[in-house]
Amino acid sequence: MSSVLYDVPGPKARLRNVVYTIVFLAVLGLVAFWVLSALADKNQLSADKWSPFATDSRVWTTYLLPGLVETLKAAALSILIALPLGAALGIGRLSDHRWVRVPVGAVVEFFRAIPVLLLMMFSSAVYAAYTPISSDFRPLYAVVTGLVLYNASVIAEVVRAGVLSLPRGQGDAAVALGMRKGQTMLYVLLPQAVTVMLPALVSQLVVIVKDTALGGAMLGFGELLSQNRQITANYGANTIATFTVIALIYIVINALLTRLAALLEKRLRQGRKSAATKTVVVPVVDVGSA
Amino acid sequence: MFDFLDSGQYDLLGAFWVTAQLALYSAIGSLVWGTVLTAMRVSPVPLMRGFGTAYVNVVRNTPLTVVIVACSFVLDQTLAITLGGEDFKETGFRLAVLGLTAYTGTFVCEALRSGINTVPAGQAEAARALGMSFTQVLTAIVLPQAFRAAVTPLANVIIALTKNTTVAAAIGAAEAALLMREMIENEAQALFTVFALFAFGFIVLTLPTGLILGWAAKRLAVKR
Repeated sequence: MSSVLYDVPGPKARLRNVVYTIVFLAVLGLVAFWVLSALADKNQLSADKWSPFATDSRVWTTYLLPGLVETLKAAALSILIALPLGAALGIGRLSDHRWVRVPVGAVVEFFRAIPVLLLMMFSSAVYAAYTPISSDFRPLYAVVTGLVLYNASVIAEVVRAGVLSLPRGQGDAAVALGMRKGQTMLYVLLPQAVTVMLPALVSQLVVIVKDTALGGAMLGFGELLSQNRQITANYGANTIATFTVIALIYIVINALLTRLAALLEKRLRQGRKSAATKTVVVPVVDVGSA
Repeated sequence: MFDFLDSGQYDLLGAFWVTAQLALYSAIGSLVWGTVLTAMRVSPVPLMRGFGTAYVNVVRNTPLTVVIVACSFVLDQTLAITLGGEDFKETGFRLAVLGLTAYTGTFVCEALRSGINTVPAGQAEAARALGMSFTQVLTAIVLPQAFRAAVTPLANVIIALTKNTTVAAAIGAAEAALLMREMIENEAQALFTVFALFAFGFIVLTLPTGLILGWAAKRLAVKR
């Protein structure tokens, strides 16, 4: 056992662990039995509720896959717009000029403090009142706007932490070579910071994918989650089956992204071992945004 | 500018009070549930470790919106579990607390685990040398220190939780985001004022939390 919290179990402890395992298994079994019998009571376990997902390809081609495409489209647009904006805000917060640093800081802190849902609803209303965007596309615009405003300010903090984590000598050396402030940032600091903060950026993508579901629930955006209404309406109220499949799709996508972030972090840590300087990888911060 | 508030049509403070209650109950629930999950994840029983890890990885990767909406559609509308809620709004509130607790517990677990990692191995080793059992080592020695080190990540989780309570609007809990949607529809001419009001409300809710817990983190930090 690798844990420092308990000794290598002896005969007595092993026996106790077996007892605990059996008790815990019994509790899990009871919960599972209760859930399954509750589901069976409401007729949610019958084969015809679940089989459409395996046998009827139209569930996928008409509902789930188009929904998934909308989800991924919104997520991709958001990260593509939020990245440069966030980098600009992050650099702005590091500016030597007070009149740049302070207002940019205020903007970043403001958008980080507001729930994404409020930003989405507000931008949807603004688009409806002041722009000619047709109501077909308005939910997508609103979702992307809300996600960009929030995530750009989060990315700004990641960029700032990434640049600040670099050894001081990097900036000093660039100045000694006669580079301007802009050149130092663009050619020396930012490229190194990007590799340091790559894992944090990838895990931010998980947050973005999860947050697109808000648009489906509150703004009528036709993404993956919102497809549950059509599926349950067309395939005989198979609520449990539909939510299980939709949740599984999200879990698989996000688990893959999380794995990618962990892989990147590991490679970065290994890659930097040979270098003389000790570099810090910006920690992956997910505190549970929606 | 604020004359639409004088009509008495909107209960702004009431809505934010519901938001605060949602955040408070879910925070208590998720701290307890997160601690239980952490205990499972570091326990000597492999099955408990497996369950804790699987639960955290599955729930953390599910969007909160899916969790909350599923609470309403699956528990309330399909299985008729209302947790004793009498009407739509009350049921929505209780199910939202349940969903927020189930979801936020995983992040509390991660924060606590990072806190446990800051406790030097010597602490647990010394406790074991004194003959303490796993439960004693965890509850008397490791977790108290882990909580103190985890105040900052826990504060961030609580702040995120406060913002996440808005998702409860999706299942009809009468909190701030739902009122904002209603006000946007009815008071289109005061759109920016409405947004500013609600933005201000959330800053008022989250800023003190951050400041108080930041202060607490400094006070409680274990000097090493």
